[in-house]
Amino acid sequence: MTTPETVVSLAGVTKTFPKGGVTAVQDIDLDVGRGEFISLIGPSGCGKSTLLRIVGDLVSPSAGTVSVNGKPAARARLDRDYGIVFQAAVLYDWRTVTKNIALPLELLGWNRTTRRARVAEMLELVELTGFERHYPWQLSGGMQQRVSIARALSFEPALLLMDEPFGALDEMTRERLNLELLRIWAETGSTVIFVTHSISEAVFLSTRVVVMSPRPGKIAGVVPIDLAQPRGVTTREDPRFFEHVTSVRELLHAIGADSIEPTLVEGFE
Amino acid sequence: MRGVVKRVGTGVAVLAALCGLYTGYRWLWMTTGWTWPFVVDDITMPSLDSIVGALFDPVQTDGQTLLSLLVESSLFTAREAALGFAMGSIVGFALGAVIARFVVLQRGLMPYVVASQTIPILAIAPMVVVGLGNIEIGGWTPTDWLRVSVISAYLTFFPVTVNTVRGLQSADPRAVELMRSYASNEWGIFWKLRLPSALPYLFGAFRVAATASVVGAIIGELPSSIQDGLGGAIINFNQYYVLNPQNLWATNLVAAALGIAFFLVVVAVERLVVHRPPERFA
Repeated sequence: MTTPETVVSLAGVTKTFPKGGVTAVQDIDLDVGRGEFISLIGPSGCGKSTLLRIVGDLVSPSAGTVSVNGKPAARARLDRDYGIVFQAAVLYDWRTVTKNIALPLELLGWNRTTRRARVAEMLELVELTGFERHYPWQLSGGMQQRVSIARALSFEPALLLMDEPFGALDEMTRERLNLELLRIWAETGSTVIFVTHSISEAVFLSTRVVVMSPRPGKIAGVVPIDLAQPRGVTTREDPRFFEHVTSVRELLHAIGADSIEPTLVEGFE
Repeated sequence: MRGVVKRVGTGVAVLAALCGLYTGYRWLWMTTGWTWPFVVDDITMPSLDSIVGALFDPVQTDGQTLLSLLVESSLFTAREAALGFAMGSIVGFALGAVIARFVVLQRGLMPYVVASQTIPILAIAPMVVVGLGNIEIGGWTPTDWLRVSVISAYLTFFPVTVNTVRGLQSADPRAVELMRSYASNEWGIFWKLRLPSALPYLFGAFRVAATASVVGAIIGELPSSIQDGLGGAIINFNQYYVLNPQNLWATNLVAAALGIAFFLVVVAVERLVVHRPPERFA
């Protein structure tokens, strides 16, 4: 059923929280292929963050099966098959940039020399070379998020899970980091699942946009985005970019979620 | 460097202001003859220069000065307090770590931890000193000053336990998820995340515990009739207060200085150990 090229496979995934009996997601079927960039979009409360956490084995589903790299999600987590990035950078205040990025490597038991080499590589990837010894609170929000991405990629996970990573950043920083993320995605060949509130961000980044409807969270539709790769600043000016934005917006409209605004507060939806 | 000068300057200014207040109050009440709330004279409020002067007067038949005697007493008490602080911190941290890990225990154990502090230390001290004096392990009985350390530890562990629980539970839940995504076990989460997150809380507790350990050591000396420490000196000078009030005042100043010294050691270690955003430094 699961081909080698399928990285994530969800079948009939449902999550009901025992507290209050809220059904966050219901009957989700989704296959994500290697190298895909999937965005989950939908109004608040549609369970997109929950779905992301289910894939990452941080929340266990009430029903259905989740496999990552052909393994159960729990096994994949223990094998460190994925890296995760939250809306807030969640860096450790008491660690320098270098030591923050090296944290997963320390847990993997890498020695100091190989850690150092990898951190240098990662800093180059996110263009933060020269900030090795800075503490997180000495960096801007955009730079902190880049450190967080470098940390998630440091151990070369096949899968990157991102929960509104740029949601708290200003528009200009966000667009710059979008471009940077696409470049990193192309360079590393990783698979990305990306939760966002922004339609244009979803269309710009993704190979497929998964639109979700709220209460309970279900997949309302999937929009394939066949814009040319690599994408750049001109992609947003392409008339076909607007066509895709319109189709995503119409899907959201159809489920009655017209007013989608970026929320600044991260919730465990 | 300028920061240090500024801080020392502020310290000197505050000390001078306090001395000025004391001396001014004393002078005003003595010249006007006011008796409310109490009569001010050389016995109730000895002059500052007589207190400082007393430090250099001989108190022993062999000509030892009060200052020299008090320094010896302070070192004796400091040893008790330091051991008490160490024991209290270790026990307090261990207890806090267990309580933080097993939430069930929080409801079960915390009331007793709180209750332990509502019992006056003066009621506990004789029991501990006499009780520990009667135990014998392989021919070894805890010496007097070791028993006093236990009382000091009793005053020390409480703030450490409370703040350990709070500190260990203060870790960002998303950071915990992050650690789980790295397949970290509980020990890794504790060592790499919870403990560093708890450090600012821990040092907050250590500051309180440092001064409490000195108070505990002094009070612990009283029921054990230890003469070599500050507690012994206080009891002694208490008996001759009407004759030589400045001796007790001078002793109290030295005891306060010892407490401050303990506090400053904790602050210095905190500066070395805790790396935090500057605005979070208290």
